Amino acid sequence: MPYILGLLVLCATIASGGVYAEELTGTLKKLKETKVLTIGAPDANVPFAYLDDKEEHIGYSIDLCHKIAEALRIKLGLDKLDIHTRSVTSATRIPLIQNGSIDIDCDSATNTLKRQEQVSFAPTDFIATARLVAKKSSNINGLSDLKGKRVVSTNGSANLEQIISLNREQNLGMTIMTAKDHAEGFLMVATDRAAAFAMDDILVAALIANSKNPSEYAITTESMSIYPSGFILRKNDTAFKKAVDEALSAIYTSGEINAIYAKWFTSPIPPKGINLNFPMTEQLKKAFAHPTDSGNPDDYR
Amino acid sequence: MAPDGQGTYLDGLIAGLGWTLATALLAWALALVLGIVVGITLTTSRRWLRRFAGAYVELFRNIPLLVQMFLWYFVLPELVPADIGHWLKSLSNAPFVTAVVALGFYASASVAVQIAAAIGAVSLGQRHAALSLGLTIPQAYRHVLLPVAFRIAIPSLSNDFTSTIKNSSVALTIGLMELTARARAMQEFTFYVFEPYAVATLGYVGVNLIVVNLMRALERRVAIPGFISSRKD
Repeated sequence: MPYILGLLVLCATIASGGVYAEELTGTLKKLKETKVLTIGAPDANVPFAYLDDKEEHIGYSIDLCHKIAEALRIKLGLDKLDIHTRSVTSATRIPLIQNGSIDIDCDSATNTLKRQEQVSFAPTDFIATARLVAKKSSNINGLSDLKGKRVVSTNGSANLEQIISLNREQNLGMTIMTAKDHAEGFLMVATDRAAAFAMDDILVAALIANSKNPSEYAITTESMSIYPSGFILRKNDTAFKKAVDEALSAIYTSGEINAIYAKWFTSPIPPKGINLNFPMTEQLKKAFAHPTDSGNPDDYR
Repeated sequence: MAPDGQGTYLDGLIAGLGWTLATALLAWALALVLGIVVGITLTTSRRWLRRFAGAYVELFRNIPLLVQMFLWYFVLPELVPADIGHWLKSLSNAPFVTAVVALGFYASASVAVQIAAAIGAVSLGQRHAALSLGLTIPQAYRHVLLPVAFRIAIPSLSNDFTSTIKNSSVALTIGLMELTARARAMQEFTFYVFEPYAVATLGYVGVNLIVVNLMRALERRVAIPGFISSRKD
């Protein structure tokens, strides 16, 4: 009896697969019906996605997401596709993606193989390098200068994981502290609670640029590792992921990305008109020439 | 399930629970000591002492715990002389020490109010009787008022105790890797959201159920037969 049932289910699956092969499924179907794309965006991740003085989300990731929306609109043959933006935090974005409240998380989340068990990533749009930031006065040029000192990193970040293992492997005797977010990690260095903050170079560059006294801090040149990052998509929605992949790949390979990148990383950005002076790295140029969503850092070297 | 750090994620959560317990228990001990002293002060006949205790209570119960943690951790070291500030910052367990102090002071305000209310609930006749027997005021407190007041206060104090355990999660904002912080870290590393928080929830509920039952047992144990909250079970 059970095998007959199984056979029936199998037949039904094949039949439905055959009949509906041309029909839209998942997120694409929802977009077509509702004509709304809901994106999730954090409130303070300069320059990827943050609120401007009009309380609207702006940033590199937001620009890219708007481009994706336009490509989706054309693909679906819609006359308009509204974009609804919903504020998310690192704690809420995954449940909201999974329960369908948002369709894309327009941040730039580190792409790891472990995380790919839960979500899909759009093609890599940024590659961060793990570095250390310290006060210039403390003369810290690399990990070896931190023996026996206090080092802070953000709770839940890959940087924290890495600094803990480096500390153990190289027997540096550092006291590792955790901060609840990047701003607080930086504050710990600013108030001398920690000698250095281990974090992605771009995040640190933005924090320094917005600090009271930017010339007081230095970022080490030593690269501890690289972290590719990208938008988060729902897992197992291959049609939607393919459409997003195609849209982003077109932006990357056509060179359109260069202007968008320059707008946010090498030009003055709102609200204060600060220029992050963060030119595109060779690794990122490579990732744009050959778009990939790999979560393995070795694929980007 | 093995992260890059040390041991499995479950080990991490258990270690987090350990920090939660250590923080909450020490903070509770501190809260009891401070709360009892301030609570008694609230009932004294000296007006300026009562004022002082009242100001203490209002100060610590009217500022959000989150803000208090932040003030203790980031602002206090800048206000004291530079040497002391530097020493405070270089404490190897600074987040833990700060969390205990902040949580202890915060909870002590509530404890003080409970104790003062309990002393007030002991009938005035007892106070007068004690004094007319020739006891001094400290003796009257020590031998007559407090023994009864503490018994009256047990149920509401157990409420504060469980609050302290739950409130210890706020210490994650100053970098203490307690249970909630561990769950958060696990969520960030793996993008599994519900699993770590489910385990953390069980941890808090479990600990608080133990505390509540212990306090009930204590209440029953010290109950004076036929006097105040006599339980029928």
